[in-house]
Amino acid sequence: MTADHINGQAAWLIRGATVIADPAAGEGRLTGPADIIVSGGSIVAIGPGLSAAGARVIDADGLIALPGLVDMHTHLREPGREDAETVETGTAAAALGGYTAVHAMANTEPVADTAGVVEQVWRLGRVAGHCDVQPVGAVTMGLAGISLAELGTMADSAARVRMFSDDGRCVSDPLLMRRALEYVKAFDGVIAQHAQDPRLTEGAQLNEGEMSGRLGLAGWPAVAEEAVIARDCLLAAHVDSALHVCHVSTAGSVEIIRWAKSKGWPVTAEVTPHHLLLTDELAVNYDPVFKVNPPLRTAADVAALRRALADGTIDCVATDHAPHPVEAKETEWSEAAFGMIGLETALRVVQQAMVDTGLLDWAGVADRMSVRPARIGRLTGHGALPAVGGPANLTLYDPAAPAEPVGYGASKSRNTPFAGMELPGRVVATMLRGSPTVLDGKLA
Amino acid sequence: MKRHLISAADLSRADALLILDTAEELASLADRPIKKLPTLRGRTVVNLFFEDSTRTRISFEAAAKRLSADVINFSAKGSSVAKGESLKDTALTLEAMGADAVVIRHGASGAPHRLAGWVQGSVVNAGDGTHEHPTQALLDAFTIRRRLKGLSGAAARGEGLDGIRVTIVGDVLHSRVARSNVLLLSTLGAEVTLAAPPTLLPLAVGSWPCAVSYDLDNELPKSDVVMMLRVQQERMTAAYFPSIREYSRRYGLDVARMARLPEHAIVMHPGPMNRGVEIAAEVADSARSTIVEQVANGVTTRMAVLYLLLGGTEFPEVTQ
Repeated sequence: MTADHINGQAAWLIRGATVIADPAAGEGRLTGPADIIVSGGSIVAIGPGLSAAGARVIDADGLIALPGLVDMHTHLREPGREDAETVETGTAAAALGGYTAVHAMANTEPVADTAGVVEQVWRLGRVAGHCDVQPVGAVTMGLAGISLAELGTMADSAARVRMFSDDGRCVSDPLLMRRALEYVKAFDGVIAQHAQDPRLTEGAQLNEGEMSGRLGLAGWPAVAEEAVIARDCLLAAHVDSALHVCHVSTAGSVEIIRWAKSKGWPVTAEVTPHHLLLTDELAVNYDPVFKVNPPLRTAADVAALRRALADGTIDCVATDHAPHPVEAKETEWSEAAFGMIGLETALRVVQQAMVDTGLLDWAGVADRMSVRPARIGRLTGHGALPAVGGPANLTLYDPAAPAEPVGYGASKSRNTPFAGMELPGRVVATMLRGSPTVLDGKLA
Repeated sequence: MKRHLISAADLSRADALLILDTAEELASLADRPIKKLPTLRGRTVVNLFFEDSTRTRISFEAAAKRLSADVINFSAKGSSVAKGESLKDTALTLEAMGADAVVIRHGASGAPHRLAGWVQGSVVNAGDGTHEHPTQALLDAFTIRRRLKGLSGAAARGEGLDGIRVTIVGDVLHSRVARSNVLLLSTLGAEVTLAAPPTLLPLAVGSWPCAVSYDLDNELPKSDVVMMLRVQQERMTAAYFPSIREYSRRYGLDVARMARLPEHAIVMHPGPMNRGVEIAAEVADSARSTIVEQVANGVTTRMAVLYLLLGGTEFPEVTQ
C-alpha cells in the first residue's frame, strides 16, 4: 500500500464536513460533522473520527458535502462555436461551480441531431475529464421544427441520449410535439421544451411590461411561455409521456405546472439561477449582458419561482449556461445575442436566493441541484446522496465564505450578469468518481 | 444638467425650462442679418445617422453651424457601417477624431446609451428605435409655449405648460416622439392624454404619467393641443389594425374632427406626414397647424441643447 492509496486505489479523507445524506440511510442519522473516506471511485466510509493511513486529507471544517451537482441545461458550443466555449472550457467552468455532470444542449453547429454529433460531444467530455458530459439530442432535424431527428438512433448510440430538446427554439407544431413525446416512450426518453410561442414573440427583446414599454423594446409576453406549457402538459397527459419544461420564468407558468402535477401528470420543470435573482429592471441601461431568453421578468415572478422551487413544483435549478463572445454583447441591445453564463455562480446564487432567505435548506439544495436533475435526465451514476458504497461524486461548499464580487472564471466567455455582484459562498472542492476536479477552489 | 441628453426623463423641470428659455434667447438671432454666434468655435459636433432622416440631420447641422461648431456628418450608408462595422468601432473612431458631441440617430432602441459608454463627449439622442426623441419633445414644448401662452423671448422665461391639455394620437407603441413627449410635457405640467387603438398602446401604459383613451372624438373638445403621430403602413400587416382606411376613419384628423376642437387649439405633427391617413391635407395646411413652425423651432431648440451640453454659460452677443 503506497501513500494516498488504499488497496492500490487513490484515497482521500474528507475531514469534518456537514454531510447531506439520505435520511433513510445510516448516514442520514449523523448529527454533526463527519469524515468521508473515498477510494476506488466510491465512498468507503462515512462517520465521525475516521482515519485512513496514507490517505490525502481535505480539511472540510465548516464545509457542506453535497452530492456532485448535475446541470440539466448547458450550452458547451462545441462543435461550431469554439470561440465562445469548448467542451474543455465549459466543463472546467462546471467543475469550478461544483458540477460533476452537465447536459450539453443540442444547438451546436452542426446540430446534435445525429448519433455522430452526440457521440462526438460525449467523447470530448470524456477527454476533457472535468465532469461527465451527457449530450442532449435535438428533437427535430436541424432544430427546424419540421421533421423528427433520429431520436432512437441517438438513444442507442454510445452517448445513450435520453433527453431531447430543440432548446433555443420551441417545438411549436403541436402535432410534432405530440409525436416526439409519444416516440421517446420506447426508450424512456424525455422531451425538454423551450416554451415560446413564436408568433407571440416575433422580434421580442424584453419581458413585456412596464420596462419594455418604457425602453421601447419589443415585448416578450408571459403568455407566450404559458400557452405552450399548458398545451404541452395536456399533450404529455394525453400520451402519458415525460415532459420537462426548460427555464420556467413566469408566475403563470408555475401555476400551470402546479396544476399539471396535481393531476399526477409526468411533468417536470427547471428554473435558472438568473431567473431566481434578477429582474427586467436591469435592462434600464440597455446593457445586453442582461439579455436572455426567456427574458428576465418582474419581482413578482422571481418571488413565485422561488416559492415553486422551495415547494418542489419546480424540480430543479438548471443554469442555461449560454456563452457568447465579447462582440455578441458589445453592441446594441436588439443586435445582441440572448444568453448568460452561469455554471460557476449557480450554487452561490442559489444560496443567496434560496438558502439565505430561509426558503430551502442544504438538503433541499442537494435535491434540486443534484438528485432531481439526474433523475429527470435519466443519468446513472449521479445524483445520489453521499452513502457508503455509492459513487464518490461530491461537492464541498463553504457557505460561510465572505461575499465576494463575482469575477471571470474558466469559461471562455464573459457574459455573466453577476459580474461585480457580491455573492456569498465558495465551491472549495469537486470530486468526480473519487478524483478531485477542483481543490481549494482551483482546477485540480 | 446631465452630460448627455438621451431621454426626456433626464431633464428636471428646471433643466427643461433652462433649455426652452435659452432657445428663446437664441431665437432672436434668427431675426439678425448674421445668424451666427461664435460660442462653439473650435468644438466638433458629429452627426451620426444610422437611419435616413434628412430633416432631423439638417436641423442639428444648422443648429451646430449657427453656433460656429465644426460639423462632421457621418451617415451609415456608404460608410464603414454599411460594411458591417460595429457601433463600438464607429464610436472609437469618432472618439479618436475628438468629437465634443455626438448626435446619434439609430434604428435600435438604446443605441445612444451604448454609445455614451464608449465616447467621452456628450451624446445627444436624435431618435433611437422605438424609444425616445427628446429634442423633438423639446421643440414641441417650445412651440406649445409660444403658441398657447403667447409668450416669447424674455417674457416666456420660467413659464411651464401647466394646465395645458395635450392629446397625442396614434401609434404610441412604436413612437419615440410619443415617449419623449409624455415624459417632457408632464414634467412641464401639461396634462397628456394618449388616444389610440389598444393595439398601438404599450401593455403597461397605465404606469405612464398620462391618461389613456380609445376614443379620439371624446378627447378633442377638451384638447388645447392635438399631436398626430405618423402611422406606418406595415403596422397593418402585423394586425395592429384592419386597414389604413379604418384607422383613418377612427383616428385620423379630418376637417370634421378638427371642428370639434376648441377655438384656440393647435394641431401638431412631428413629420413626415401621411396626408390623408392620420391627417387630412386641409388640416395640415390650416391656420391651426404648427407643422412648419415646429421645423423652425427645431433648429433653435437644438442650438440651445448643444450650447448647454457643451458648457456654455451666457450669450454675450445676445443678452447685451
